[in-house]
Amino acid sequence: MSENILQVTNLSMRFGGLLAVNGVGLSVKPKQVVALIGPNGAGKTTVFNCLTGFYKPSGGTILLDGQPIQGLPGHLIARKGVVRTFQNVRLFKDMTALENLLIAQHRHLNTNFLAGLFKTPAFRRSEKEAMEYAEYWLDKVNLREFANRTAGTLAYGQQRRLEIARCMMTRPRILMLDEPAAGLNPRETEDLKALIGTLREEHDATVLLIEHDMKLVMSISDHIVVINQGTPLADGTPEQIRDNPEVIKAYLGEA
Amino acid sequence: MTRTLKSALFSALLVWAVAYPVLGLKLTIVGIKLEVHNTSTTTLMIIALCSVLMFLRVLFNQQISDTLRSRRKGSLIPASASNFLTLPSTQKWVIIGLIVVAFIWPFYGSRGAVDIATLILIYVMLGLGLNIVVGLAGLLDLGYVGFYAVGAYSYALLSHYFGLGFWICLPLAGLFAATFGFILGFPVLRLRGDYLAIVTLGFGEIIRLLLRNLTELTGGPNGISNIDKPTLFGLSFERRAAEGMQTFHEYFGIAYNPVSKVVFLYLVALMLALVALFVINRLLRMPIGRAWEALREDEIACRALGLNPTVIKLSAFTLGASFAGFAGSFFAARQGLVTPESFTFIESAIILAIVVLGGMGSQLGVILAAIVMILLPEMMREFSEYRMLMFGAMMVLMMIWRPQGLLPMQRPHLELRK
Repeated sequence: MSENILQVTNLSMRFGGLLAVNGVGLSVKPKQVVALIGPNGAGKTTVFNCLTGFYKPSGGTILLDGQPIQGLPGHLIARKGVVRTFQNVRLFKDMTALENLLIAQHRHLNTNFLAGLFKTPAFRRSEKEAMEYAEYWLDKVNLREFANRTAGTLAYGQQRRLEIARCMMTRPRILMLDEPAAGLNPRETEDLKALIGTLREEHDATVLLIEHDMKLVMSISDHIVVINQGTPLADGTPEQIRDNPEVIKAYLGEA
Repeated sequence: MTRTLKSALFSALLVWAVAYPVLGLKLTIVGIKLEVHNTSTTTLMIIALCSVLMFLRVLFNQQISDTLRSRRKGSLIPASASNFLTLPSTQKWVIIGLIVVAFIWPFYGSRGAVDIATLILIYVMLGLGLNIVVGLAGLLDLGYVGFYAVGAYSYALLSHYFGLGFWICLPLAGLFAATFGFILGFPVLRLRGDYLAIVTLGFGEIIRLLLRNLTELTGGPNGISNIDKPTLFGLSFERRAAEGMQTFHEYFGIAYNPVSKVVFLYLVALMLALVALFVINRLLRMPIGRAWEALREDEIACRALGLNPTVIKLSAFTLGASFAGFAGSFFAARQGLVTPESFTFIESAIILAIVVLGGMGSQLGVILAAIVMILLPEMMREFSEYRMLMFGAMMVLMMIWRPQGLLPMQRPHLELRK
């Protein structure tokens, strides 16, 4: 088996007296889709926030390609290739879909002040490449015809897809999706499933996702981690999780 | 009904409370004493009339607004016209037209008018600079005048102590102001919104107080005087040139004309404002300009995409400060005198008012607002006592009718060609 891209051990996060995450472990291999599930308030998003540097974990280690990244500021972790979407879509609403994608490429662009001032050939080329890459991804997520619409005016499902495309613009190592199917209708959920499939097959994307839609989770995940009240409950393939009495109890309550 | 009657009575009383002490009482000097006198009965009659009108206005507020609403369908300006006016391409052509006019008219205008136009151009520069910080990056900066002061004093000091000319000091002043912006920005930019506004306000005042109290270096409250005016490739515009210099009229063999100096200063200001306009216009379309706007919209999303918010904010702050520095050094050169009192908080407020009045992010709006804000007080010198009152009234009216500013601009969207 290949090396783990992401290795999380014994992660814990404490807010004052509240231990929101306690001893959670995760390991993600390249090209895997790993799902993080659990009842509401289990601490899934807190785990995400720790991984992406929005919170500083109180304990535990996070290794990305063997390098510790815990406690780094968010933008540095993002630059290392851990990029996330948000539970409530966070697009730049007054900017067009295209511009949303261009901003995500900021780091790959020619940001030299003088080059931009005088529109040097190098600057034009860099802008053109960025446009082409953005176009390519707009095609991928079927949003090409909406390229010049402001992001805030897109339908919810389209906004979700745009947010995923925006993440892909940064050429991530791991794509982290926080409830990507929330608020989508069954058809859109099917589209999303297909999109994640394409990302994995064609773009070698590694995906870590939080999701409540069990049908989706069971059908696309290679591996599932269940947490309940901040502590790890189970860990295994979809089949193992489905039949695990502990998990059923956590979701449905005591029989 | 009783409630409206009550509030109508209260409003009428309020008119008296506000107007009577201001307009109804006059201080006159009798010998060495000040005495309070009532003014003429006409003034009192006018106040009484106003209060009656106010009473009726509040009493029939509901009916008036109903009739107004029924008569006026839609807004003052039709939506299509408003859309056309806010298009970037329309505004571009208007700006080009303004520039052409700005180049031609000083040769026909009076000396005083050209002088005021120069002042307007300084404020255009300041407004454009602050527009980067407030309009684009969304950082409310109330201490912008501090950087203006740094620019002005760096030219004044360099010229006073080292005898450097305007054209060398101009970039240096921009650089100094930018450095100040950078240094101040570092600790400050982790704050947001109101907190940022208060801290920048404090910094603006600190710079002014420093200049005021470093008496040995800056001359304290007296400031620095006799600052050299800019020259045209070493040609001075004074009547008599300093040693080793030539004057403009001698070089070209024409009669000395004091107006030429004013026109030259105006043209320098125009050139500086045009450079600022061009640079900021380009910045808008560069990745950094996009990043500023993205940051204003959603800082968390920016961070999640690997953009460093501190660096982006700092770049906006620093660039904005450098434009204030350019404007400041020109101000020092034009005035020939800098004192700390030129850089009080009210200046910051005026510049901010220009940006907000013009419509956040709109360059044409800033230009128009600068013209309005500087020209109005100049034209209404007779009413100078009521200047602040008029500013206030204008702001309130703007908030009611055009909260988005005089001429807001739709962002120049990047379009994908089909």
